[in-house]
Amino acid sequence: MTATTEAPVPTASEPSTAAAPAISLAGVTKTFQSGRENFTAVGGLDLDIQAGEFFSLLGPSGCGKTTTMRMIAGFEEPTTGVVRLGGKDVTDVAPNHRDVNMVFQSYALFPHLSVADNVAFGLKRKRVGKAETDRRVAEMLELVELGSQAKRKPSQLSGGQRQRVALARALVNQPRALLLDEPLAALDLKLRQAMQMELKRIQRDIGITFIYVTHDQGEALTMSDRIAVMNGGYVEQLGTPAEIYERPATRFVAAFIGTSNLLTGTAAATTSEGTDVLLDCGQHVRIAERRSEGTPVDVTVRPEKIQLSTEPPDASLSRVRGTVTDTVYLGSSTHYTVLVGDDTEIVVFQQNDRDLSAADAIAGRGSEVWLSWRPTHSYLLPS
Amino acid sequence: MRRKLTPYLLALPGWAWLALFFVVPLAGMASLSLTSGNVITGFEQTFNVANYVDAISTYSEQLVRSLLYGLGATVICVAIGYPAAYWIAFHGGKHKSTYLLLILLPFFVSFVLRTISWKFTLSDNGVVLGTLKSFGLLPADFGVLNTAPAVVLGLAYNFLPFMVLPIYAVLERMDHRVVEAAHDLYASKLQAFLRVVLPISLPGVFAGGLMTFIPTTADYVNASVLGGPGNTMIGSIIQTQYLVNNDYPIAAAITFVLMAVLLLGIFSYARALGTERVMEVQAK
Repeated sequence: MTATTEAPVPTASEPSTAAAPAISLAGVTKTFQSGRENFTAVGGLDLDIQAGEFFSLLGPSGCGKTTTMRMIAGFEEPTTGVVRLGGKDVTDVAPNHRDVNMVFQSYALFPHLSVADNVAFGLKRKRVGKAETDRRVAEMLELVELGSQAKRKPSQLSGGQRQRVALARALVNQPRALLLDEPLAALDLKLRQAMQMELKRIQRDIGITFIYVTHDQGEALTMSDRIAVMNGGYVEQLGTPAEIYERPATRFVAAFIGTSNLLTGTAAATTSEGTDVLLDCGQHVRIAERRSEGTPVDVTVRPEKIQLSTEPPDASLSRVRGTVTDTVYLGSSTHYTVLVGDDTEIVVFQQNDRDLSAADAIAGRGSEVWLSWRPTHSYLLPS
Repeated sequence: MRRKLTPYLLALPGWAWLALFFVVPLAGMASLSLTSGNVITGFEQTFNVANYVDAISTYSEQLVRSLLYGLGATVICVAIGYPAAYWIAFHGGKHKSTYLLLILLPFFVSFVLRTISWKFTLSDNGVVLGTLKSFGLLPADFGVLNTAPAVVLGLAYNFLPFMVLPIYAVLERMDHRVVEAAHDLYASKLQAFLRVVLPISLPGVFAGGLMTFIPTTADYVNASVLGGPGNTMIGSIIQTQYLVNNDYPIAAAITFVLMAVLLLGIFSYARALGTERVMEVQAK
């Protein structure tokens, strides 16, 4: 137990440079021992997160995203590999000497302190003067719109207010990066959506790097500059929300992000525009990629890319015929399930931007319809 | 109608119990403490306040000693009980309930028997002192029995679980992430404990303090078994006056003086700890 309050000290000789990424993980792994068994939470991670970026770690529970964040915060020590903050090696530096702050999923507010004292906690430990502490705390409480609640105890606040106290308590220290561990998970839908916008606004305003851990793909897509989709301790895909959604690199990403239709088939012939694919259901579609004849392929297409019509669509499109088996009306859109062949079901999302009676007429249950999409809107999954 | 009555009906046994076994005897004792006479001629209600004057002037020494012993035992219980409760709550892992059972295990033996076993353990040539003496680590005439430390240690030993359990309950219930949050906000381990864990656990210390201080101060078994003639506590005096001398009015008067002193002590203790703040945290 030491009570040192000195500033973080770099442990390696590497100098901090302006060009260095805010956070960098190199060859990081983490293995937990429980009894005689080993559990690998993170199997090997190389990540560079740039200053000012809103970066999300997205994946199902147990994918290693929280462990990764805890290694950045310093609560877990990597089994192998190096963690750098602003170019400095901090792998062995204790959390209280790291220039990052965390917003906990449970908020972990100090129940015995007022809102203002919660927010001031970090500044007091850093021995920031009283006048400046008061000013920064007041400023931060204004930013999260809790100025009038400063004297209250956390137990007197609503869930959304507590969430904002946790945010203010971390941000007031102006850390190199803010780590957020599923901070919105405990809020109801309306509040969650409002807070997503709020978080994004705050991040833009103050320009601090945000690292956001979530299992909610909608949240990650809405807020992030870049997303790392994690599964089983590895990064499956790293990219912008659009890249990850439009061009999933793996089967896992395609299934995890949004809804996908998976059509299995075989390359039948190559043309000047791509490849003609014979689907297992007996119909033909086109893809933009070239595959040699006889190669098995998995074609994926997003439900909202598909057009539904009664007339045969343009022959330059990929098109299949099927029967509507189910429709779900969702207000702004309608979801159709269309049976193609004997056992291939394709899900189609149609915007309800047309006259409702006309939409009804083309696609009641049991009606025969054409489905079509541009060949460039479908893509192949690696087999 | 019935629905409205239900909560009161539920509380009825509790109230009846309290009235029958607390209010009635207390009123009886209060009345008894103001009588005069003796057990042969009978006691007569004379509103004899002199009983209180007698009680205070004659037994102030034992009263003060009891408070000091009780305080000493409580301090020892905090010093041993807090770290134990902390360790079980934070590092007990899967075996938390086993460790708690170990703390409670002495309770499975009768209170008097436990104290008597301590008499053997601490006797001049017993397991502890005898062994140390045979190695020449203590002078041959060294003894612990019949001294103040023996009584205070015996009290602390007997009431330790009452301190451990409430502190454990608070530490176990608190969100352990607050410790990480404190580290994350630049607090060292010591600062995290002093600024976060300790203040949050104060209600437990408060409850444990009450539950050890009150019974240890009023205890008479430890003083009569482990102490000598010079270590008499107020509990022994009450017992002797009531059961041996049959001087009921004086026994009752001492009892009320003890109660008044304890209440005074508790209120000043609560003040010092800041009960309002303490209760607010608990109300979470």
